[in-house]
Amino acid sequence: MNFNWLFKKKQSFPDFWNVYLETFSKKKNKGDTIPNTRFIAFDTETTGFDKKEDRVLSIGAVSFVGKTIQVNNSLELYLEQDVFKPETVKIHGLMKTGSREKVSELEAIKTFLAYIKNDVLIAHHANFDRNMMNEMLSRHGLGKLKNKFIDTGVLYKKSIHIIYREKEKMYSLDDLCKELNVPMVDRHTATGDALITALVFLKIVSRLDKRKHLNWGYLLER
Amino acid sequence: MKNSIAERVYDFLKNYPPFNILKDDDLLKISKQVSIIYLEKGDTLFKKGDAFNEHFYMVRNGAITSFHTNATNAQEIVNISDAGDIFGVRPLIAKENYKLTAIANEESIVYAIPIDTFQAVTNNNASVYKFLITAFATNAYDPYTAEETGKIFSDYLPSTSQDVLSFQTANYTKNPITCDFKSSLKDAAITMSAHKIGCIIVVDEDSKPVGIITNSDIKNKIATGLFPIETSVTNIMSSPVITNKKDLTVADGQLQMIKHTIGHLCITKDGTVNSKLIGVLTQHDVLVTLGNNPSVILKEIKRAKRTKKLRTARLKANTLLKSYLEQNIPISHIVKIISQINDAINIRAIELAIKKMPTPPPVPFSWMAIGSQGRKEQLLFTDQDNAIVFQDVEADKYEETQAYFLEVAKLVTKSLNKIGFEYCEANMMASNVEWCKSITNWKLQFENWILNPDEKAILLSSIFFDYNSVYGDNNLVDELSNSIYSSLSKTSLFFKFLGRDALKNPPAFGFFKQFLVEESGDQKDLFNIKSRALMPLIDAARLLILSSNIKGINNTAERFEKLAEMEPNNKELYQSCSYAFKALSKFKTKQGLLHNNSGKFIELETLTKEEKLKLKRCFKPIQEIQETLKMRFDLKNFM
Repeated sequence: MNFNWLFKKKQSFPDFWNVYLETFSKKKNKGDTIPNTRFIAFDTETTGFDKKEDRVLSIGAVSFVGKTIQVNNSLELYLEQDVFKPETVKIHGLMKTGSREKVSELEAIKTFLAYIKNDVLIAHHANFDRNMMNEMLSRHGLGKLKNKFIDTGVLYKKSIHIIYREKEKMYSLDDLCKELNVPMVDRHTATGDALITALVFLKIVSRLDKRKHLNWGYLLER
Repeated sequence: MKNSIAERVYDFLKNYPPFNILKDDDLLKISKQVSIIYLEKGDTLFKKGDAFNEHFYMVRNGAITSFHTNATNAQEIVNISDAGDIFGVRPLIAKENYKLTAIANEESIVYAIPIDTFQAVTNNNASVYKFLITAFATNAYDPYTAEETGKIFSDYLPSTSQDVLSFQTANYTKNPITCDFKSSLKDAAITMSAHKIGCIIVVDEDSKPVGIITNSDIKNKIATGLFPIETSVTNIMSSPVITNKKDLTVADGQLQMIKHTIGHLCITKDGTVNSKLIGVLTQHDVLVTLGNNPSVILKEIKRAKRTKKLRTARLKANTLLKSYLEQNIPISHIVKIISQINDAINIRAIELAIKKMPTPPPVPFSWMAIGSQGRKEQLLFTDQDNAIVFQDVEADKYEETQAYFLEVAKLVTKSLNKIGFEYCEANMMASNVEWCKSITNWKLQFENWILNPDEKAILLSSIFFDYNSVYGDNNLVDELSNSIYSSLSKTSLFFKFLGRDALKNPPAFGFFKQFLVEESGDQKDLFNIKSRALMPLIDAARLLILSSNIKGINNTAERFEKLAEMEPNNKELYQSCSYAFKALSKFKTKQGLLHNNSGKFIELETLTKEEKLKLKRCFKPIQEIQETLKMRFDLKNFM
C-alpha cells in the first residue's frame, strides 16, 4: 500500500500554515496572567447558518491586553463571494458587488492566522464562528484552528449567580449589551460586533474578578 | 485597510472640542491611533506623581473624577469629566509628572489619544492649543496650584475679555452742554459751574462744533491775566476739535485721544466738523468702560451718591459675571467676587438711607442678609431677604426705636428694589415689623422656633438660619448666634423637623429615566433647578452643620467641605455634594443670564445632551445625602 499521499499532503501545507502551527509548539508560559495576555475578540458575518452551504462575508477582530483596546491593531476583512443569499443582505448590509476592497478566501485565512497567532480567541456563540472558520480552512486543505476559545454567551451565564441562572436561556449579543450597558454601535458588522464582544468580555471579567473567581481554568472551562 | 472602529472613534471625537475644529483627514489619522480603555468604577487611570503617559484622554462613556491630593493625603475632587470631556492634558502642555489622580467615577470607557500623533497633526494650530490650555487651566485650578495656573489665566483669559470690551461701542455723553461762539468767556464759565462740568463745547449757529474750553484753558489763559474775563470764547477755546462718528469703539476712541493728546472727542452726525454735534466722549467715559473689573466696580459703589449709580454698578457686575462664566473661572471664585459686590451695594444703600434720616441711629444695630445672600451664594438678581437686629432699649423707647429702623429699612429695600433686587414675596424684609427687632426679641424668636418647631417655624428658620451681618455691629449678631446654639443643644426634635423639611423635595425615583418637570402653572414643563436640586443640598448642609455645632460657615459648598474634613467616613459624599452644588449653581447662573431672570426654571429642550448628562450626575449625591439624613436623624417614621 502506498501511504505517500499522507506525507505529500503534509509537505504541501503552505508556509503560512506551518508558521501558524509553529506558534503553538512553544509552550505557553505558565506565568502568563490574564491581565497581561493578548486576547482576540472576533466575529464573522456570513451568508447564513449552514456551515457547509454558507460562506463567510467578512471577518472583524480586535485585540487587547489588559483593559486597553488598540484601534490601530484591529482586523477588518471583506471576502470575495461565490455563494450569495439576497435575504441576509438586510442584516449585514454586505452586497455581492460592494465597492469595498475584497480579498480571496485564501488571502483572508493568511491574514487572519498571522493576526491571531496562538492567542486566546473570544467570540459570542463561538461555536458558530469556529465552525465557519474551520470549514473555510478545510476547503483549502488546511487543519482546524488550534487556538483556545472563550464564548461570551457561556461565560456570561457562568458569571450569573446559580440562583438566578436560567438554564435554558440563550443570551444574544443584544441581550448582553442591554444587561451590561454596552453601547450598541455598528451592531451586525463584523468589526462592530467584535468590539462589542471585547467590551462585553471585559465587563464580565471585571465582575468575576470582584468575586475572585478569575483564573484560567474557570475562564476556559466549557 | 478599512478600519470601521477608527471611523466610529472619529464620529465621536468630531463632536467635541478641540477635535471639532480639525480637518477630517487629520482627525481620522488621530482616530486610527486611539486606544480604547475600559475602566470599572474605582479603577485608577493615573495617579498624582506618576510619570506622564504618552496619551491624553477623552471620556467616551461614564465619568472620570480628577482628585487633588493635599499635604495630608486627603483627596479633593477637582473636576468630574463626562462624555466628551478631555482630561489628563498635563503631558501635552508640560512634560512633567501628573499632579492629579484620575479615577473612574463609574464604569467608563475612555479614549486614549496619543500625544505625538496629535501634536504632529495639530502642529501650530492656535485655536486647538488655546482650547487645551483653557481645559488644562480649569481642570488644574485649585488653591494649591493657584500660583501656577494663575499665570495661565493671566496669559490667556483676561486678555480676551479686554479685547471684547475694547470693541464695544463707546458710551459717550449725549446732549453735551454747549455755548454759542459769540458769547463771552464769563457766560461760558457760569454755565460750566452751573452744570458742574469741566469742559464746554463752543458751537456756531448751525450747532457745528468749533472749539472746546476746559478748566485748564481758563486756568492758563484767564487766571494768568493773558485775557480779560469778558473776552470772547473764541479767544480762549482750543480749536479745531477732533470729531468722530457715533459708532466708534472704545479702542478707537482711546487711540484718537492718545494720537492728538486730547481728553475729549466730539461726536458729530457725520463724523466731521461740518455737521451737528451730538455728543462728547471723554477720557473718563473710556476708562469707565474699560474699567469693568471688580475693584473699579467696588470703588464706584463706594462713591455712589445715588441709587441709580448703584444700579449701573450692579449691572456691570452682571457683565463681569457673564465673562467669568465664559472663561470657565471656578465658580467658588466667582461667587466670592459677586458676593463682595452685593454686600458693598447693600452697605452703600444703607449708608445712603441713614444719611436721609433726620437723626443718626439711636442705638447700634446690624443689618443681616438672610437666605441666599446670607449664604453668599447670590449670583444673579434675586429676591431680597433681610432683617435688622438692634441693641436692647428701655421698654418705653422700644416702639420709637423700632419705628426708626423700620423707616431706614423702607428706604433701603426701596433702593435695593430699584437696583434690581425684587421685593421678597413673603415680605421677609427688615421693613416688616416682624423682622426688625431688638436682640432680646430675636433670641426669643429663635428659641421659640427651635423649641416649638412646626411647619411655619421651620420654613422661616430655614431662611433665617443662614444669616450674615452685612452692616453695623457684628457683636449683636455673634451674641445671637451663641444664643441659638445654646438653644439647639437643648433639643433634638428641631433637627428632625429640619430634616423632614430637607427631604420634602426628593429628586424622586425614576429620575434617571426622565427629568421631573413642573406639572402645571406658568412653569409647566420647565425643570425647577432650585427646588429640585439646589434646595435639597442647601437644606442638608444647614442641618448637618447646625447639628455639628459649627458657627460662622454659611456657604453651602463651604459647609460641605467643612463636614468632609470633620467626618472622614463620609468625606467622599460630602465632597461630591459640594461639587454638585457648585456645578448646579453655575448651571442656574448660566440659564439666568441666558434668559435674564433668576435661572430657577430650566427649559430642558434648550440643553444639549451633554448638559443634561452633567445635570443628571449632580443628582446622585443628592439622593445619597438624603439617605444619610434619613438614617442620621432617624426620619423614617417621622415623614
